[in-house]
Amino acid sequence: MSEITVDGEPLPFVEGQTVAAALVAAGRVAWRSTRVGHRPRGVFCGIGVCFDCLLTIDGTGGQRACLVPARPGMTVTTREDDDE
Amino acid sequence: MNEPADLVVVGAGPAGLAATATALSGGLRVVLVDSGTTVGGQYWRHPPEHARAAIATGDLHHGLRTYRALCRALAAHRAAGRLDLLLGHHAWSAVREGDGFAVHAVDRRDAPRETTVVLRAPRLLVATGAYDRQLPFPGWDLPGVLTAGGLQALLKGGGVAAGSRVALGGTGPFLLPVAAGLAARGVEVVAVCEAAHPRAWLRHPVPLLRNPGKWAEGAGYAATLARHRVPVRPRTAIVAAEGGARVSAVRIASLAPDGSPRPGTERRVEVDAVGVGWGFTPQLDLLVPLGCALTESADGNAVAAVDADQRTTVPGLYTAGETCGVGGAALAVNEGRLAARSVLADSGTDPAPANRPPTALRSAVARQRAFARAMALAHPVPPAWPEWLTDGTVVCRCEEVTAGAVRAARADGAHDHRQVKQLTRAGMGWCQGRMCGPAVHCLTARGRAYEPAERLVATPVTLGALADLDEGPQTPQTPQSPRAAQSPRAAQAQQAPTDNGHTDKECS
Repeated sequence: MSEITVDGEPLPFVEGQTVAAALVAAGRVAWRSTRVGHRPRGVFCGIGVCFDCLLTIDGTGGQRACLVPARPGMTVTTREDDDE
Repeated sequence: MNEPADLVVVGAGPAGLAATATALSGGLRVVLVDSGTTVGGQYWRHPPEHARAAIATGDLHHGLRTYRALCRALAAHRAAGRLDLLLGHHAWSAVREGDGFAVHAVDRRDAPRETTVVLRAPRLLVATGAYDRQLPFPGWDLPGVLTAGGLQALLKGGGVAAGSRVALGGTGPFLLPVAAGLAARGVEVVAVCEAAHPRAWLRHPVPLLRNPGKWAEGAGYAATLARHRVPVRPRTAIVAAEGGARVSAVRIASLAPDGSPRPGTERRVEVDAVGVGWGFTPQLDLLVPLGCALTESADGNAVAAVDADQRTTVPGLYTAGETCGVGGAALAVNEGRLAARSVLADSGTDPAPANRPPTALRSAVARQRAFARAMALAHPVPPAWPEWLTDGTVVCRCEEVTAGAVRAARADGAHDHRQVKQLTRAGMGWCQGRMCGPAVHCLTARGRAYEPAERLVATPVTLGALADLDEGPQTPQTPQSPRAAQSPRAAQAQQAPTDNGHTDKECS
C-alpha cells in the first residue's frame, strides 16, 4: 500500500483511489467545516458536483477530494477554511 | 493525432463512448475529452487501468460486454492515430468559433496543477450525463449522508463502502443497483425507502412489455437483494437524519400518495451512512450558453431539445444521453450512435455499412424513451415532500440557506430559483445551485420544468489558466507552476455574469 500525508499523519491508500476514497476507507467522512455554521462536511456527491469535499492538496486549496487521485507522497491538509 | 479533428466529444460515458466509436468507424478524426481517470462515465465507472487488479469492481457492473466492445474500438482507432483521448481534462466552456466550436478545458491529470487546452472542431457532441437530483431533509448535511450516486462512485471507482449499516432513500430504479452493490460488499443495507409504489408502473404496461432487458436487469437486483435480505419498502421515505460528527440514525415514515408522511408511522433506525437520490438532473452547463433550445422532460427537468437524430437547435451541435432526457445507459448508447451518424451525414461522410441502419436505431431509441417516460411518471418527486422540512433545515448546502429563508423569500414575492438566489444567496456558492437548484425550484415554481441557471464557467478554473488564454490559446499550453496560479476560489469569484446579469463576485 502507498501513503499520502493528511494533516501530518500517514494515510495508506490503494493505488487508483481518489483522496476522498482513501479518507472514507479510513473511516473519515468529514474533513471540513462550513463558513457560517461551522458544520462538519466531507464527501457528499462523490462525483465533483457538490464541492463539499474541498481540501488543500500540495499547498493548493479548493481541491475536490473526490476527483483527485491519491499519489504517493501527496500532502493533504484539512480543517482549514477550505471554502474561503 | 496531428491532423485537425472533425469532431469533439465531451463526456466518455455510455453516450460519448458509443458516439465516438461510431464516428471513428465512419472515418472521422475525433477528440474525446472526459474529467475521469478512465472512460466509462458514472455508469461504467472503473478504477484507472493500472489499479484494476487491486480494486475489483467487475461484478458491480451491467452491460460490460458493450463497454468492452466500445473500449476495444476506441483503442484500435487511438493506436491508428485517429482518436485523441483526453482523460483528466475538465471542459469548462464551449463557444462558437468561426464555422465550428472551441471547447476550453483544463488538464488536471497532475492535479492540483492545471494546464489550459483548447479543442477545436467543426462539430461538437456533448454527452455530459447527469447527477443525482436531491431533495433536502433535516440532517441531510450530516457527514455520512451521501447521494446514492456518491455511494456508488466510491464503491465502483475506489472499492470503498462509505458505511457498514446503510439506509437508502428517494425514488427510482437506481436505488436498487446501489443497494445490491453495497450488499455484495458486505454492507448491511437496513432499508431501501422507495417513495413510489410499484403499482404506478402498471399504468404504463406497453413500454414495460417492450423493454424486457430492463425486466431482466431489475430481476437480477431483486435476486441479489433477496439473497442479502435487504428490505425494499415502497411508499416510504427517509424524512430526517440524526447525528453529530456523523449520521447515527434515520427517521423513516410511510407516505400518503401525495408524499406526505403518515402520522404515527415514523420509526428510527440506526445507521452509519445514508444514500439518497430522487432521479437525476441533466448536466447542461456546456449546452445552455451555446443557445441550445430546451424542452420539458417527464421527470420535471428541462433537457436539450433534439430532432429525431440527436441534432440540437444549434447547427453543428449534437447531444446524446441524459442531457436530452434521463433514460439510462442502454438508451444513451443508442442515442450516441444516432448522434454520430448525424455527424457523419452532416459532414458528407457515408456511415460505414457495418453500423446498424438508422431506422432500427431510431425505433430502439423510441422504445427506450417510452420506457424512460414511464419510469419518470412512476417515480415522481412526491408533491408533498416540503412537509419534511423544518424552517431550520439547510436547503443550500454551500451558503447554508435554510428552508425558512427560502419560504420567506417566496413570501416576499420570489417566484423562481433565480429570484430566491438574489434574495437569499441560495445557489450562489461553490456548487452554483447544482445541489439545491431543483429543490428551490420545487419550493417556488412547482408546475414548471426545472431549468438550471446559465453557468458560463462549467467548472472552476484558476485565474492563471484564464490568463493563459489572453496570451493566445495553444493546444496544449505550456504547463504552469501551481504556485503561479491564484486560488480556485478567487477564480470562481470571477465567474462570468449569471442569468440575472450580476456577477457572483460581488456577492462572495
